[in-house]
Amino acid sequence: MIKAVMMMNTQGKPRLAKFYDFLPVEKQQELIRGVFSVLSSRPENVSNFLEIDSLFGPDSRLVYKHYATLYFVLVFDGSENELAMLDLIQVLVETLDKCFSNVCELDIVFNYSKMHTVLDEIVFGGQVLETRSDEIMKAVEEISKLEAASNSISLVPKSVSGWRGGR
Amino acid sequence: MDNLFQRSLEDLIKGFRLQLLGDSSFISRALEEIRREIKATDLSTKSTALHKLSYLAAIHGVDMSWAAFHALEVVSSSRFHHKRIGYQAITQSFHDQTSVLLLITNQLRKDLNSVNEYEVSLALECLSRIGTRDLARDLSPEVFTLLGSSKSFVRKKATGVVLRVFDKYPDAVKVCFKRLVENLETSDPQILSAVVGVFCELASKDPTSCLPLAPEFFKILVESRNNWVLIKLLKIFSKLASVEPRLGRKVAEPICEHMKRTVAKSLVFECVRTVVSSLSDHEAAVKLAVAKIREFLVEDDPNLKYLGLHALSIAAPKHLWAVLENKEAVVKALSDDDPNVKLEALHLLMAMVTEDNVSEISRILMNYALKSDPLFCNEIIISVLSVCSRNAYEIIVDFDWYVSLLGEMARIPHCQRGEEIEHQLIDIGMRVRDARPQLVRVSWALLIDPALLGNMFLHPILSAASWVSGEYVEFAKNPYELVEALVQPRTDLLPPYIRAIYIHSVFKVLVFCLGSYFSAQESSSGSSSTVYESILNLVNVIEIGVWPLSGAYDVEVQERAKNVLGFIGMAKQDIAKKVNLQDNEAEACRVTAFMEDAFSEELGPISANAREKVCVPDGLELEENLGDLEEICGKFLKPVESDSVSCTDKISFSVSKLRIRDQQEASSSTSLPPKESSSLLAEHRKRHGMYYLTSKKNDPDSNGTPNDYPPANDLASEILLDPLDPKRKAKHRKSRPVVVKLDEGGESRITTSQAKTKQESVTDDESLSRDIQSALLVNKKGKEREKCEGNSNLVVVQEEETSRIEKPQNSEKKKKKKKNGERTSRKHRSRRRSEVASSSEQVEIPDLLL
Repeated sequence: MIKAVMMMNTQGKPRLAKFYDFLPVEKQQELIRGVFSVLSSRPENVSNFLEIDSLFGPDSRLVYKHYATLYFVLVFDGSENELAMLDLIQVLVETLDKCFSNVCELDIVFNYSKMHTVLDEIVFGGQVLETRSDEIMKAVEEISKLEAASNSISLVPKSVSGWRGGR
Repeated sequence: MDNLFQRSLEDLIKGFRLQLLGDSSFISRALEEIRREIKATDLSTKSTALHKLSYLAAIHGVDMSWAAFHALEVVSSSRFHHKRIGYQAITQSFHDQTSVLLLITNQLRKDLNSVNEYEVSLALECLSRIGTRDLARDLSPEVFTLLGSSKSFVRKKATGVVLRVFDKYPDAVKVCFKRLVENLETSDPQILSAVVGVFCELASKDPTSCLPLAPEFFKILVESRNNWVLIKLLKIFSKLASVEPRLGRKVAEPICEHMKRTVAKSLVFECVRTVVSSLSDHEAAVKLAVAKIREFLVEDDPNLKYLGLHALSIAAPKHLWAVLENKEAVVKALSDDDPNVKLEALHLLMAMVTEDNVSEISRILMNYALKSDPLFCNEIIISVLSVCSRNAYEIIVDFDWYVSLLGEMARIPHCQRGEEIEHQLIDIGMRVRDARPQLVRVSWALLIDPALLGNMFLHPILSAASWVSGEYVEFAKNPYELVEALVQPRTDLLPPYIRAIYIHSVFKVLVFCLGSYFSAQESSSGSSSTVYESILNLVNVIEIGVWPLSGAYDVEVQERAKNVLGFIGMAKQDIAKKVNLQDNEAEACRVTAFMEDAFSEELGPISANAREKVCVPDGLELEENLGDLEEICGKFLKPVESDSVSCTDKISFSVSKLRIRDQQEASSSTSLPPKESSSLLAEHRKRHGMYYLTSKKNDPDSNGTPNDYPPANDLASEILLDPLDPKRKAKHRKSRPVVVKLDEGGESRITTSQAKTKQESVTDDESLSRDIQSALLVNKKGKEREKCEGNSNLVVVQEEETSRIEKPQNSEKKKKKKKNGERTSRKHRSRRRSEVASSSEQVEIPDLLL
């Protein structure tokens, strides 16, 4: 089971944080800070795994990957395989790349909801659901189309909205 | 129209990046705006505001629980865009205590029944993250329908939600389980991997309930080529094999096949992990796994190295040969850059430690400790200490070497494990008589070094060193040097409580020296002047060193200093009187002899649960709160005013007089307190009688219950001797000294408390497991009839019995929880069956598998 997904930059600012067990917001921020302090002290060329029982409770492991200015972090427990989780980060990044073409941190900053859409297709309630990036992309595109369709109605003035059969 | 001017989320983010106001003021401004906007009736305005709020909550830690009702309103919109925002806000912020949680049920139901699969998936996701018992109960019919949906997208997600639903509402199992199992046979790999993922979680909670599905899992294990699915299956089998060992035999084959065939490192690792943790009895599989581990260890990729070491440490307890084979790789890993790798290597090295190689390994580790960063250095120290002291130092043969190792550890610059070293120094002193000379030697070396006094991490070690040298001063080569070390001026750097220990050790040394001086005087006719000189010197040094402390701020230090000085004052006169020392009635002589006697009693180790072993005498009631005393003896125990004399006074006085007598009787056995103190005590009792205990609770000594440590001489005959006969050993090897062990039995206390907490968590899962079992039973019966026509009914009935008999003790625990009448009747049935049935508790696996 996956406990949390985090994306933060090299200065510790969170770009995305999703916790699959409910935690109050202060605790979430605390955890983000805690993870950042551990990650920032890791040297280069070491393994991507960490035991973080002190932060997330017993049997918690963390895998992270450092891409340019971002850390991608996945927190999981004993029912996930470590290397598979590393692969999952890879899948996530590939999908984002397809989504935004040459994704960089700014894309992630300004497309908060799209990020969530992508992530929700991959991890569902703590379980890994989809690992093929083309499938994920298909679903994400569909959702974006639906969103765009439902959004476009707002530009129509109120007087005409009745003609469209209600909002 | 007003939402045209509303700032959207993008505007907010941009504004945040460009702002110069400062983060918190920008956020509070934005929050004010949001609060205004969210109250609008227009759903678009509301949803944009909610969107912004979710963003602030997730990224900047702003509390959004106040917007719960607004989130519900937004979700009720028919527009997909709004729904998404609403659901996102809900999944992020709702929890079990959210008051409006009840209102969401209908909305969820509507969306679960929607034709649009993306709306369905939104609702499913929401349910999977915030699902409560009520929600799960009310929506399980919808989930059931969706599990059979034609769209695989929906089915996938419905499978994912099943886990939460089962977790919160176990009765849902009866409804949904069948469909879940049907999905095992699907050809769609993603649905399969979702189903297998759910079973993996279920199996970790309760393996026995998933055991009947083993044949299906086996089939998939053999046929599938999808790595994700295979990994999850391996995890399932790992859990199942631990409850059903026969499964291991069957499964070992396909696992080895996969290990040999696959290229995916993740799968190889998972196979290896499964083999070494659950299939460790199958030699061939283990050998193959160890070969694969070796491959991992020699890779350059730090991840693989780390995982290889990790797998090796799982294998270590049962297959030490694997670790020994890879010894060089492990030692090399000690100097790796990666802290994880170093730690794993350290633990592996510790697993390899035996009697023979303990000194070699410690040598290697000490060298590493000197070169490493503080964190790793302390890890090394603590692991060496814990391994060596395990089970009363059973691994140590040469205690002289070990004691000097302890001294060496104290000198490692980064050492921060003072307390553990302190504990061991004192512990060894008490338990191992033969090591005492070396202990005193090492302690002296530590005490004399002024540099160590400045390091606060070493203070505990120094306190142990001083205690040891005082207690076992008879082994010291040169007590004079010892005293010099103990009173050196730099000891000012020590905290008062350690200083007090130093002074007390000085006292012991002084008594020892004086004692031997006086006895030498008696035996030899005249005293040589050098001996006289030296003893006078000693006394002077002590006096000069301790004198400044008699005015110390700390009362403990002051008191002990004054004791020493007083003793010296008395002894000095008698040392000077060298002439008539035939007269051993000299006061100093007597007192010294007396003190020597007091100090010569050996202090020994006390078992951790010694207190429990003291049986409470009959009729003695031990109370925590003595408030009851007031009722019982209130009349007698009222505090007496010093002036007035009433009748109650007289009573209390007489009772207190009785108490004084008791006190005196008790105190007469110990020789020290002089007469004045007992009358002072009586006075105090008179005035504050209600605070004193009744005479029932006397010292255990007077009761005759023994102090747990029997006198040293008796022990000598009972102690476990080293199994190796000295004659058998080579001549140059010293025989292992005797180590005093006590029957600790302390572990049992710890495990009962652990067992208690385990029990509490188990009861929650039991209801789930029972339901799964019963659901499977229905399944099983159906399948059995289809597949095995020839099978007699006996097998089926037996299975029925065994699976219902499983864990009969569960039914007793559930007594408290279940109120449903139907369930209690089932319980009674199962309990009776357990008495009647003769079959074993294990579930029968159909013969297909065996």
